[in-house]
Amino acid sequence: MENKFFTISVYSENNVGLLNRISGIFLKRHINIESLNVSKSEIDDVSKFTIVVHTTEKWVDNIVGQIEKQIEVIKAFYHTDDETIYQESALFKIASGLLFDERNIQNIIKDCNAQIVTVSRDFFVLAKSGRRNEIDEMHDQLKPYGIMQFVRSGRISVTKDVMQISAILEEF
Amino acid sequence: METIKEKKKSTESKKTITISGAEALIHCLLAEGVETMYGYPGGAIMPVYDELYKFQDKLTHILTRHEQGATHAAQGYARVSGKVGVAIATSGPGATNLVTGLADAQIDSTPMVCITGQVTRELLGTDAFQETDIIGISTPVTKWNYQVTEASEIPEVMAKAFYIAKSGRPGPVLIDITKNAQIDKFEFAYTKCTGVRSYKPLPKPDISAIQAAADLINSAKKPFIVWGQGVILGQAENEFKQLVEKAGIPAAWTIMGVSALNTDHPLNVGMVGMHGNYGPNLLTNECDVLVAIGMRFDDRVTGRLKDYAKQAKVIHFEIDPSEINKNVYADVAVLGNSKETLGLMLPLIKNNKHEAWHNVFKEKYQIEFDTIIKNDIHPAKPGLTMGEVIEEINLASNNKAVIVTDVGQHQMITCRYAKFSQSKSNITSGGLGTMGFALPAAIGAKMGAMDREVVAIIGDGGFQMTIQELGVIFQHKVPVKIVVLNNDHLGMVRQWQELFFEKRYASTVMVNPDFVKIAEGYSIEAKRVSERKDLKSTIQKMMASKNPYFLEVKVEQEGNVFPMIPSGASVSEIRLQ
Repeated sequence: MENKFFTISVYSENNVGLLNRISGIFLKRHINIESLNVSKSEIDDVSKFTIVVHTTEKWVDNIVGQIEKQIEVIKAFYHTDDETIYQESALFKIASGLLFDERNIQNIIKDCNAQIVTVSRDFFVLAKSGRRNEIDEMHDQLKPYGIMQFVRSGRISVTKDVMQISAILEEF
Repeated sequence: METIKEKKKSTESKKTITISGAEALIHCLLAEGVETMYGYPGGAIMPVYDELYKFQDKLTHILTRHEQGATHAAQGYARVSGKVGVAIATSGPGATNLVTGLADAQIDSTPMVCITGQVTRELLGTDAFQETDIIGISTPVTKWNYQVTEASEIPEVMAKAFYIAKSGRPGPVLIDITKNAQIDKFEFAYTKCTGVRSYKPLPKPDISAIQAAADLINSAKKPFIVWGQGVILGQAENEFKQLVEKAGIPAAWTIMGVSALNTDHPLNVGMVGMHGNYGPNLLTNECDVLVAIGMRFDDRVTGRLKDYAKQAKVIHFEIDPSEINKNVYADVAVLGNSKETLGLMLPLIKNNKHEAWHNVFKEKYQIEFDTIIKNDIHPAKPGLTMGEVIEEINLASNNKAVIVTDVGQHQMITCRYAKFSQSKSNITSGGLGTMGFALPAAIGAKMGAMDREVVAIIGDGGFQMTIQELGVIFQHKVPVKIVVLNNDHLGMVRQWQELFFEKRYASTVMVNPDFVKIAEGYSIEAKRVSERKDLKSTIQKMMASKNPYFLEVKVEQEGNVFPMIPSGASVSEIRLQ
C-alpha cells in the first residue's frame, strides 16, 4: 500500500492531556505528524484537531480507530486531499527598506495575493493563506531578498462531505 | 458489566456532608462496592491512608510489599470476580511502580482503578520531592487517566473512573490526586456515573451483520471457532456453549479465554497459538469459515499474518470497533457485547454436526498425543516434567481450581494441560507477558474468590521478580497454593537459545537460593519434590491443606515446550519437535 497524505479530523472534549493521549498513538506506531492544528469547532464546547500524516491507508485506519477509542474523543475521521478543502497560513517578516528599494517585492505581494499585516520603521509583515505549494512559491520568491522570520501554520481543512457531529452527540 | 440500558438509571444521593477529599474518596470506593484494595503508603497519599485507618472495618487494605504487587493483586481479584480491582500508591516511585500492572491490565482488558497521591497543587511542575508526571507516563497504558487538583472534583471523577474501567471493553484507569485535594473540605454527595458524552462503550448490535454471520455459519462445511476472553468479559459462557453445540463446530481457545468452556467438552479442541495444539493451528488454514469470538488476533495466535486463514471467510464478534480489520480482515464484523450478539444469533443457527471435520481434529490430536502429550504428562524417562505436575494438580483439584500462571515455559505447559470446569479460572498475563505476575495475582484471586482453591504455578525466574509478596501471604495467611516449577533456567528464553541461537545460553542459567527455606522464613509450610515417587502424594497433601502451601518441584532442566510455531512462521509450519 502506498503512502499518501491523509487529513485526520478529531472532534473531542477540551480536556488537559488529550493532546498527549492522541499524539502518543502516533508515537507508538513510529509515525510522524506532518502538521497539527487544534481549534474550536462548529459545536460549542467541542474541540477539533486537524492532523496531517503521510502514511498508508491501513495505518491511518488503525490510528483513527485508536483515536476514536479514547474516552474524550467524540468522533474521528480521515480524508484524502481530494475529499477536503484545505489551507495553511504563513507569516513573512521582511526588512522595511526592501519594500521601497526592491520594486519586485510589491509585485510578489500582488501576484501572490498576500496581505500586509503591519508596517513599522524596521520591518513589515506579510500574511499568505493557501495551499502549501502557493506558500512555498511565495517563500521562494522572497528568499533572495532576505526573510527576517518565517512561520507557517498547520493545515486546517473542512470536508466536502457533511460531518454529523451534532447528530452523534445527540445519541450519547 | 454494565449494559447500555442502565444508562439512564441514576442512583443519586441527595444528602451532602462536609468532609475532606480523602474521606470523600473512601465514601466513593464504598459506594462503588469496593471491599478490598491493595497498596503501599507514602508522603503524598498519607491523608487517604489516615482515612483508611478510620474505615478499616468497612474497607480492607492489603499492604503489598511493592506497588507492582498491588496492581497484579488487583488484577487477579478483578479477573476472578468480574469486579473492578483497586490499587493505591503514593506519588513518584510509588506511582511509577504501577506502570507494569497498568500496561498488563490495558493489554488484557482488566478493569482496574489505580489511585496515586501527587504533590500539592502549588508544587506541580517544580520538581518537588517525589513529584513525577504520572499522567504523562501512564497515558499510553490506561483506558483513561485524570489528575484531580481540587477536592470537589473527587466524587464525579471517581464515579467516572469506575464506570470507564468496567464498561465496554474493560481497562485500567488511573486517578492522580494532589495532596491539597485530599486535605481540603467540601460538600460531598455521590452520584454513580451512567454515561460519558464522548464515550460509547457498547456498539448497538447490527441485525443484518448477525444474520450474515448466521448464514455463513449455516452454510459452512468446515467451520472453526476461536474464542478469547471476550466470552468471559461479556459473561456469554452460556450463549457461547449453546452456539458450539447447536452448530456442532469444533472450538479452540486463546489462553485468555480458555476457561469459558469446560476443557472436557467434546467440541473443545484445544489451544491456538505459538504453543497451542497441533490440530487447531494446522486446521486454521483449512477451515472454510473462521468464527472469532472476543479475541483480537494477537501475533502469538496468528503467526505470520499473510498466511493466516486466507482460505476462510472470517466472522469477528468483538466489542471494540478498533479491533475489526486491525490484524485480520473480517468478512462479517459483529460489534457488541458477546452475550447480546451471540444471544441474538442463536435462534438463526441451524442444528448441525460436522463429524468428518471434527474427526480431523481428533486425528491431529492423536498425532500430537503420541509425539508430545504422552511424554509430557506420562513421561517414561527419569526427570520430572512440568506437564506431569499439572496433570497431578488436575487430578487433585478435580479440575475445579483457579490456576494462576506467571510467564514462560511453565505458563504454556499449564495452559496446555490444566483442565477447567468453571469460567474465570485461568489467570495469566497473556498480552504483556509480565514475569512476576503470578504470585501477587494469586493473592488477589484468592481474596476475590475465597470459596475457591487457588493454585499459582510459577517458574523459578518469575517467582524471584515478586517473591517479596510472600510477606502478604504470611501476614494475612492467604491460603494460596504456590507451585514453583524449578528448572534452574529462564526456560523459555533458554529454549529459544537452544533452537535458534545454537545453545548459547546467555544469562539464562539461574543460580537459585533455597526456595523452601525462604518460604519457611515466612512461616509457610513448604516442600521440595525432586523425584516422581513423591509427586502425587505431595500434591494431594498440598491441595488438602487449609493453609498457604509452597511446593518447589525440581523439573528437568532442558525440557522444551512443543508444539511450537517459530516466531514469524505460519500456523501451517507448526513444529512437533
